[in-house]
Amino acid sequence: MAALRVRKPNNEADQPSSPVLRFGPDKPLKLDAGTLLSPFQIAYQTYGTLNDARSNAILVCHALTGDQHVASTNPVTGKPGWWEVLIGPGKIIDTNRFFVICSNVIGGCLGSTGPASTNPATGKPYGLDLPIITIRDMVRAQQMLIDHFGIEKLFCVLGGSMGGMQVLEWASSYPERVFSALPIATGARHSSQNIAFHEVGRQAVMADPDWHGGKYFEHGGRPEKGLAVARMAAHITYLSEAALHRKFGRNLQDREALTFGFDADFQIESYLRHQGMTFVDRFDANSYLYMTRSMDYFDLAADHGGRLADAFAGTKTRFCLVSFTSDWLFPTEESRSIVHALNAAGASVSFVEIETDRGHDAFLLDEPELFAAINGFIGSAARARGLST
Amino acid sequence: MNVSRNQRVDLEVVANLIPPQSRVLDVGSGDGSLLELLQDTKQVDGRGLELSQRGVNECVARGLSVIQGDADKDLEFYPDKGFDFVVLSQTLQATRNPKLVLDELLRIGNRAIVSFPNFGHWRVRMSLFLNGRMPVTTDLPYSWYDTPNIHFCTIRDFVNLCDELGATVEKATALDANGQKIGLSMPWWFWNFFGQQAVFLLTR
Repeated sequence: MAALRVRKPNNEADQPSSPVLRFGPDKPLKLDAGTLLSPFQIAYQTYGTLNDARSNAILVCHALTGDQHVASTNPVTGKPGWWEVLIGPGKIIDTNRFFVICSNVIGGCLGSTGPASTNPATGKPYGLDLPIITIRDMVRAQQMLIDHFGIEKLFCVLGGSMGGMQVLEWASSYPERVFSALPIATGARHSSQNIAFHEVGRQAVMADPDWHGGKYFEHGGRPEKGLAVARMAAHITYLSEAALHRKFGRNLQDREALTFGFDADFQIESYLRHQGMTFVDRFDANSYLYMTRSMDYFDLAADHGGRLADAFAGTKTRFCLVSFTSDWLFPTEESRSIVHALNAAGASVSFVEIETDRGHDAFLLDEPELFAAINGFIGSAARARGLST
Repeated sequence: MNVSRNQRVDLEVVANLIPPQSRVLDVGSGDGSLLELLQDTKQVDGRGLELSQRGVNECVARGLSVIQGDADKDLEFYPDKGFDFVVLSQTLQATRNPKLVLDELLRIGNRAIVSFPNFGHWRVRMSLFLNGRMPVTTDLPYSWYDTPNIHFCTIRDFVNLCDELGATVEKATALDANGQKIGLSMPWWFWNFFGQQAVFLLTR
């Protein structure tokens, strides 16, 4: 079985099944780490048609373990796109009306340059030789992709969690290129607790003997156990105590009684193990290290002298923030502090807190109130932008 | 039954004070009626601050730019003179610190528009005078123990507070029980007796 499960992460990493834009030595990516990444590539998906005025483009930013396959079948898992509940023909974000772009972030593992990509200098995967990637680096690369499409101003940039961080970075770094911004279940910085959880995940990966200091491809294996544990721990933070209890309680897994051993007696254990196992099939362990680090390093206020409002000074962008009551990874207070900063900057801002027990992951689920808010915000922004219905 | 009609009149009086394309902050924007009216008829750049999360979510779903927040706590985050008009409609009496809130309105807006129910209205006076009980009317339907309206004032009280804060009354309107404007030529005591609601345009 193990032999059959060996996928080709390098293939999707170097030769993705989605469109890819390659930047040669003449167009390096300037990284916050102080170096240049060159050559590099961005894998992306688009849906719908860009109008003549190029004014109907929506950029979707994906979360930690997301990818560019936002509204079409994922080539690795064969599952539907991760935000198909929201985006598609006739959906809330209607691809008959809008041109939707989603790109794999730099540092990812589904076709944009990341640690699993081949380092042209060595002919081997980058591994840890890739410089640390920041949220701002990801956005800088996305901006080059948007230039490629000849889009001067995006109608909307939206995303949840790490995607929301990119939205905030976009609005802060390129305010004149963002007509409206929709950061969901996110924060302007990663809290100490969030960094702590990420560190646990990274240590789990690194503690796996198959990790080999990040050079596992050369050793013919992968740190699957470590990455699975990292995912299991992280997955708990995406849910809520109430939702876990509602879904699993103390129910036993396919058995009548406790076994007095360390098998997965409880459904929740079995569920988490499954989450861990399926994750390692689709995600690169080093990429997980880079993605988590990018979020840890994010602190938008610190980039602006410690005052978050200065990150948005003079902005004309229309904002809508969304948080969820049971999200303990990015609690409502994180969104509220962004709202206060936007108020101080005189920005146009809406803010919706949605009552749900589904935790952080609520942003990926069928949440009618979330959809109603997005629909209202996008609709009024479209009217203001002069986009016909 | 008069409530809805009176409140609509109150909103219209407020809306008539605001010129087109103004930047407006509606504090206590409720279900968004005023913001919607202003956007539709005056093309204002309107924002709302509302305490109830349900009200906020409904406003945003209708495309209005509204955030959840508390007039007592969240006004401090707005910059000086960030708006042409800051509106506080039927909310002053429900704030914990009306003086501070009014002060903030005058700081944030070039002009503040405040509307409130007049506790000096003859019916209120009669209720207290004849029955010896806290007034419960169609406009003020709460009992004393469950009312959100913790800081009632009369028109005279409000004018005094404006003086204390150094605010200039640019315009004032009182509405009678039928939602009709009371004649401009009438003296304050008359307004204070027959005005069921008042709308003030202030500056500082």
